[in-house]
Amino acid sequence: MKIQANGKEVVLEKELTVKELLSFQKVEMQDYVTVQINDEFVNRDDFETLLVKDGDVVEFLYFMGGGCMAAERRLV
Amino acid sequence: MIVITEKQYRDILEHSKKTYPNESCGLLGGIIENETRYVKKVYMLTNMDNSPEHFSMDPGEQFGAVKDMRSNGWLMLGNFHSHPESPARPSEEDKRLAFDPNASYMIISLLDEENIVIKSFNIKGDQIFEEKLITVSE
Repeated sequence: MKIQANGKEVVLEKELTVKELLSFQKVEMQDYVTVQINDEFVNRDDFETLLVKDGDVVEFLYFMGGGCMAAERRLV
Repeated sequence: MIVITEKQYRDILEHSKKTYPNESCGLLGGIIENETRYVKKVYMLTNMDNSPEHFSMDPGEQFGAVKDMRSNGWLMLGNFHSHPESPARPSEEDKRLAFDPNASYMIISLLDEENIVIKSFNIKGDQIFEEKLITVSE
């Protein structure tokens, strides 16, 4: 079956869960990854059970955050 | 080295002043030629934390920006955020959440409003490398 993953066609031998797909795509630190399938956000609790199906359009990206944090502000 | 236009520079400053005292954030889309990174578009994103000490980019806006970059043939070069009350250097939190060793992490310090500082960094684990930042006219 074929899916789109971050804009690229990916051929899979069988349906994979979201978690398996992320591993297949060599995505590390999956706890910090946000996933959309067909423009719908995937709940993190469903990563291990939700199957990616033929023709799905999957997008994933890393959470982006950070900040100066109070403790470090006091060091200025 | 990363290159931004004077307008992009002004837009980032404006966005960061507008979100003050909270941190601002956004993404940088562009191209890489001969190891020089040229910013083609700055995406001003919402800081979901609404905090002066932390930022989390709105994931829906992130996806939108990434899709726009892809449709234009650009790469995600990195991101920016402001430090409203601290210097332009990556915090421990910034280092912890810097997942891409190839990305440019731009930080705007509003600590001294008479001398606003923008610097760009590459972060590889605990190591921080300041990246040369050049502004050019449009």
